[in-house]
Amino acid sequence: MTLLLRNARLVDPEAGWDGPGDVLIDGGRVTRVAKTIAPDGAKEIDLGGLVVCPGFIDMHVHLREPGQEWKETIATGTRAAAAGGFTGVACMPNTEPPIDSRSVVEFVLAQARLHGVVPVYPIGCVSKAQKGEELAEMGDMALAGARGFSDDGKPVASAGLMRRALEYAQIFDLPVIDHCEEPTLVKGGVVHEGEISTRLGLAGWPGVAEDIMVSRDILLAEATGGAVHIAHMSTGRAAGLVRSAKASGIRVTCEVTPHHIALTDEAVLGYDADAKMNPPLRRPTDREALLAAIADGTVDAIATDHAPHHADEKCVEFSRAPFGVVGLETAVSICLDRLVHGGIVPLARLVELLSAGPARVLRLAKGSLKPGSDADVTVLDLDREVKVDAGRFASKSSNTPFRGWTLRGAAVMTIVGGHVVHDAR
Amino acid sequence: MKLLSPHLLGIEPLTPDEITLILDTAVGFSSIATREIKKVPTLRGKTVVNFFVEPSTRTRSSFELAEKRLSADSLNFSTSTSSLVKGETLLDTLRNLEAMAPDFIVIRHGEAGAPHFLAKHGRTPIINAGDGAHEHPTQALLDAFTIRQHKGALSGLKVAIVGDILHSRVARSNVHLLVKMGAEVVLCGPPTLLPAGGKTLGAAVTHRMDAAIEGADVVMMLRIQLERMSGGFFPTLREYAAFYGLNADRLKRAAKDAIVMHPGPINRGVEIMGDVADGEASVILDQVTNGVAVRMAVLYLLAGGDRDAVAQER
Ligand SMILES: [Zn+2]
Ligand SMILES: [Zn+2]
Repeated sequence: MTLLLRNARLVDPEAGWDGPGDVLIDGGRVTRVAKTIAPDGAKEIDLGGLVVCPGFIDMHVHLREPGQEWKETIATGTRAAAAGGFTGVACMPNTEPPIDSRSVVEFVLAQARLHGVVPVYPIGCVSKAQKGEELAEMGDMALAGARGFSDDGKPVASAGLMRRALEYAQIFDLPVIDHCEEPTLVKGGVVHEGEISTRLGLAGWPGVAEDIMVSRDILLAEATGGAVHIAHMSTGRAAGLVRSAKASGIRVTCEVTPHHIALTDEAVLGYDADAKMNPPLRRPTDREALLAAIADGTVDAIATDHAPHHADEKCVEFSRAPFGVVGLETAVSICLDRLVHGGIVPLARLVELLSAGPARVLRLAKGSLKPGSDADVTVLDLDREVKVDAGRFASKSSNTPFRGWTLRGAAVMTIVGGHVVHDAR
Repeated sequence: MKLLSPHLLGIEPLTPDEITLILDTAVGFSSIATREIKKVPTLRGKTVVNFFVEPSTRTRSSFELAEKRLSADSLNFSTSTSSLVKGETLLDTLRNLEAMAPDFIVIRHGEAGAPHFLAKHGRTPIINAGDGAHEHPTQALLDAFTIRQHKGALSGLKVAIVGDILHSRVARSNVHLLVKMGAEVVLCGPPTLLPAGGKTLGAAVTHRMDAAIEGADVVMMLRIQLERMSGGFFPTLREYAAFYGLNADRLKRAAKDAIVMHPGPINRGVEIMGDVADGEASVILDQVTNGVAVRMAVLYLLAGGDRDAVAQER
C-alpha cells in the first residue's frame, strides 16, 4: 500500500531538510519527498503542519524479557516505544538469562517479530553471564543480529576485559557500551554524593566514580582503536572528557537520558523511590554541563534507559528499592519541553539526537527520510500540551518521577516500515 | 501552641518555636520522675506501638518508660531486617500494625527514610526513633534539654560534635537543632568520616580535635562503630583514640565549665576515656534521665496536648 504524508513540516537533519513537504511511502520505503505530491491513489494522511522526522530510536532500554515479564515484556515495551514516538529500540542484555549467546539473541528477535510493535535491536553481553570474567561469544551474537555489546546494569569492572572487548568487537565494527561506575567508589551508594545525600543520610554515589571509568574507557579506546559508547552519561566532568577525546579523534560516543536533563538530586528529597536511578540524579552544575554538551555536539544520542519495575518493588525503604525509571512514554515530551522550547537546541538538533545519532552508534542504516530509506517516521506536535499520566502508560510499569508533570510537545504518530503503529493526533 | 505536623519525622522540618515548645513541655514532665507515683493519666486508653526493626535497648526502654508514665498501653514489636527481606515488606508490616489500631507508631529502622515511608503510606502518627544515618530527633531534643538544663540557653554556645559524623543520625539531628536555635556547631572527625557537603548543614567542619574543642561550651562525643575499622575508614582503634578520643588533657582546651555529652553506649578508652566519662563535666546520665521526659513531651504534644495543660496534669 502506498501512503502519502501531506502538509507536514519535514525536519531531517541528515538530509538537510527543514520545511514544508510531502512524503510518499511505498513498499515500506520512502519513495519520494517533495513540496507537494499528487495522491495518485495513495492513502493520504493530512498532517496539517505537524512535524515529520526520521523515526526515533531509543538505543538503551530494558525490556525485561526473558526473566522478569511481570515488569515488562517485548510486547508491552515495544508498544510503549511506539506510544512514545520510537520506531525502534535497542534492548540491554541484563535479562534472566542474560543475552550472552546466540540463542538468547534469537529468542529476543523472535519475540519481537511475533509480538513486537517496533523493531528490537538486541545488545549482547560483553562477558559470559555478565560476570566480568570471560568474553561472551560476540561474533556468534553479532551474526544473529546483536547491534553492540554491554554488561549494562553493571560496569565492565576489569580494565583487562574492557581492553579485550574493545579489541575483539572491531571484527564486527560494533561498539562496546559501558555503564561507567568504578565499583569500589560506588559501593552501596544510592544517591549522588553531596549535600542532599548528607541531609538524607543516604549512602552517596560520587560523580568521580563515573569520571574515572569514562576516562579509563577513553584511554582504552585510544589504545585499542575500538569504539566505546558511554551509556547514560551523568556528570559534567565526563562530558568534558568525551568532548576532548572526540577532538583528538578517539572513537568515543555517548548518550544522555531525559531524566538527567530534567532533574537534579533534589528530586530525591522526600525519599521518592521513583527518583532512584543509576547513575543517580546529579547536581545542577552537572545538569547544566550535560545541556551544554547536548548543544555543542558532544552528545551523540538521547536514550531513556527505560527501566521498568513493579510498583510493589519500588514501594519499600528507599535504599532497598531497585534503581531505574521508565522513560519511553515521556522522553520526547521532556526533550521538546526542556530542550527545544527551553531554548537549549533547535528542533533539528533534537531530531538528530533521537534518530541519526543513535543509528550511527549502532551502525543501523536508519535515521533519514531520503528516498530509498526505510519508512520509519515519527510525527511531532510541538505545541501539544500533555500531562504525564502514569496510569495510562502502555508499559507494564509506571515508575516515573514525572508523574503529573505538564509538558509542551509530544510525539503524536509513529510509522514503522510504512505502517502506522501509533496514532494519537 | 501546638505542633504543626501529626508526626515527628526529624528535627529538620521543625521550627525553632516547635523545638522550644517541646523543651518547655518536657520541663513539666521531668518532675514526675521525682514523685512517689511516677504516672499521669494523660494518654490513658491510647496505644503506642514501639516498632524496632533495628534493635536498641536504650531508646526502646526510654520510650516505653515515657509511655508507661503517661498511662498509655505499649506494644513492643520488633522484627529483624532479615525477616523483612525474606518476603514481608515494610508496607505489609505497617498494614498489620495498623490493623491493631494504634494511636502512635514509634519506629527505629536501619534505613534512612523508613519513618517517612510509613508516614506517607499509613494513617497513624509516626515518631522517628532513629532512621539509618538520617535523623534521631528525640535524641537531639533530649540533648538540647540537657544543654539548656546546664547552660540556661542554646543560642550563643559553641558545641563541638566529635566522631563518626558521616554515619551518625545523632550528629545530623543535633546540627539541625543547634543551628536553628542559634548555637555555633563544629563537626570534627577524620576526613573519611565527615560527610560530603557537611558544611552546608550550617556547621563548621574540621578534622583537628584540638581546634574543634577550643573554647567549646559543649563537647558531644559520638559512639564509634567498631566495624568502621574494617570498612577502611580508619586504620586502628588505637590510632582513632589517639587522634579523636576525649581525655582529661584535651578537655582542658574547652571552656572552663564545659559539659561532656555522649548518646551512649560508650566505648570506654576509644572515643572517651573512663575518667572523663565519669568526671565532673560529664552529663551522660542526665541525658538518659531527660530522655524520658522529652519523649513524654513529644507523645503528649502529638496527642494534641498543649503546654499550659501540663500544669493541670500535675
Ligand atoms: Zn546502566
Ligand atoms: Zn540501563
